[in-house]
Amino acid sequence: MPKRTIYEAVTERLEILDKDGKADKALVPRLSDEQFRTLYRNMVWMRRFDEKALNLQRQGRLGTYGSLRGQEAAQAGLALAMEDGDWMVPSFREHGIMMLRGIPGHLIYAFWKGDERGSRFPEGTRCLPPAIPVGSQLLHAVGVGLALKLRGEDSVAVGFAGDGASSEGDFHEALNFAGVFRPKTVFYIQNNQWAISVPFKQQTAAGSIAQRAHGYGIPGIQVDGNDVLACYAAAKEALERARSGEGATLIEAHTYRMENHTTADDAKKYRPPEELEYWSQRDPVARMRVFLQSRKLWSEAEEASFLEEASARVDRDVEALEAMPAPHPSEIFDHMYSELPWNLVEQREALLNEVGR
Amino acid sequence: MTAKTSESRAHAALHAVAEPAERLTLAQAVNQALRQEMERDPSVLVLGEDVGRDGGVFRVTEGLLDAFGPDRVMDTPLAESGIVGVAVGLAAAGYRPVAEIQFMGFMYPAVNQLFAHVARYRNRSRGLFHLPMVVRMPYGGGIHPPEHHSESYESLLLNTPGLKVVVPSNPADAKGLLLSAIRHEDPVVYLEPKRIYRAFREEVPTAAVPIPLGKARVAREGKDVTIVAWGSMVRQALEAHEALGREGVSAEVLDLRTLNPLDLDALLQSVEKTGRAGVVHEAPRNSGFGAEIAALLQERALLSLLAPVQRVAGFDTVFPLSLLEAHYLPHRERVVAAVRRTLEF
Repeated sequence: MPKRTIYEAVTERLEILDKDGKADKALVPRLSDEQFRTLYRNMVWMRRFDEKALNLQRQGRLGTYGSLRGQEAAQAGLALAMEDGDWMVPSFREHGIMMLRGIPGHLIYAFWKGDERGSRFPEGTRCLPPAIPVGSQLLHAVGVGLALKLRGEDSVAVGFAGDGASSEGDFHEALNFAGVFRPKTVFYIQNNQWAISVPFKQQTAAGSIAQRAHGYGIPGIQVDGNDVLACYAAAKEALERARSGEGATLIEAHTYRMENHTTADDAKKYRPPEELEYWSQRDPVARMRVFLQSRKLWSEAEEASFLEEASARVDRDVEALEAMPAPHPSEIFDHMYSELPWNLVEQREALLNEVGR
Repeated sequence: MTAKTSESRAHAALHAVAEPAERLTLAQAVNQALRQEMERDPSVLVLGEDVGRDGGVFRVTEGLLDAFGPDRVMDTPLAESGIVGVAVGLAAAGYRPVAEIQFMGFMYPAVNQLFAHVARYRNRSRGLFHLPMVVRMPYGGGIHPPEHHSESYESLLLNTPGLKVVVPSNPADAKGLLLSAIRHEDPVVYLEPKRIYRAFREEVPTAAVPIPLGKARVAREGKDVTIVAWGSMVRQALEAHEALGREGVSAEVLDLRTLNPLDLDALLQSVEKTGRAGVVHEAPRNSGFGAEIAALLQERALLSLLAPVQRVAGFDTVFPLSLLEAHYLPHRERVVAAVRRTLEF
């Protein structure tokens, strides 16, 4: 008996802006001029925030910092597609979209300064704290998305991870659970091509992360992650799909980490310089600027005002960061449990005596 | 005390006598606690492998799927990390999930979720998020199974700050402690001594009466020595109590019930009275919780101690398969011998 085909799959990639910022008119999402400008303005803000963080780190005013440079479009596009009540389940390179979702910049800086209060977001923020164990948070995104489905809420949980996470067991368990339970979840995987020093082609022999979704019975799509319009369009569709109860989608935002993994890393040791050059020519901010120019939505004066506004916001964040009083030593103990057990009471007391309260 | 309170107390006492109870096995008591909490609180969910249609491999979740439907009793894919990780998300978003790991020997794939997230969420978010969730795990030996079905890994959990660890030793406690665990605001790992799931029946109050976490129970009073135990080892301690009683030795049996937080007051009170102590656990002796108890006693009750604290524990080996497991598991004679060592010191 001849073999039969039991499954066939096609994985698509969405691009709207070409590498120089020229748009495929038929695909441009229907957004207002103001929204197009906002996408750009938000990317300018993220980049400024990121540059400032790198400067602060060099000056010893922040600890180890993970830059998001190069991933601005992937985060700004998604942010515009999300609704107020949607949840974020971030990894650790989502500062851009976290700010756009209302998390104060000074808290994000505080996190990278080594202050747990940086993950104490304002009450009611629907964003879980950044998760460092790679990929593990995607299961939380399934759980939150399942909670939203069970309660019949009109919101979606977006789980973030990177290319390295696609090798972790939890990535696969999360996709599999999502296929079975159909939670209100979107998996948003920013493939920035490098997991510290390991390039994507060494991470997996599967040519893309998007295609792995097929194995779990959920749709997957790759987008040009440096194309903010494509990121927005793919996210919008996946969010609507989840919102209407049709289940999870995996989006692979194909982007690039322009900086070191963190400030504790030196990518020169492992990364070919021509690769950086290749991706520099696909800069997400520059491409959107070209698009705005083509629509007469850009001027030098406005560019200057965006930059000025971004710098002012970032300066306020730095001020707020540096105005934070040092954390009290008792904070080591105070949030471990709903009530302090006797051993923590004793240990806290001993520490407070040691530091003279 | 006002007349009214004293009257209502008297009424409560009278009521307690007439409190309806049924004779249940430990497995049935856990089932009843789950059922009553699910009836009381719609945010309580059950998830795990085979917990629905099959009612659990130990039948502990029997009937819950029919009673509450597949949205609240979820048969999951076979993936321990997935079960615990999804429960984290459910708890963070307002549910009270009760996740089941089918055997404690299979908890390793879920350890990243348990140790890196479940234990740390409240602290990481400085209290913004906390995880009111329970992870149930049948633990321990004595049921003659294949490899990986007999382990007692409580020490790993206890060396992970942020996890409450509860181990019942009898049906009534199993129900009352699980009620508290489900209502608790911190994550609780709830270890079920599978060896005694059906070993005996006991009166269990029909009403949902929680037993507070962190409170030990004096299972037998005594004056010569304190035997500290939890879970299935309480039975070995009780048997030793009987045997020692026939020799005229009065052994107190302290059932810890909760390992984190430990009821230090109850431990010290008992040992200050008896002057001698032994700890019994199934887990390997090396770095087992018995070592912590011995250390606490020498730190805080040295002048009351008449003899070194004895440990009766599993060997520092892999848990053997069924043909040799009886040699591995602590039993009455080993407990009696340990007590004699304290008396003869």
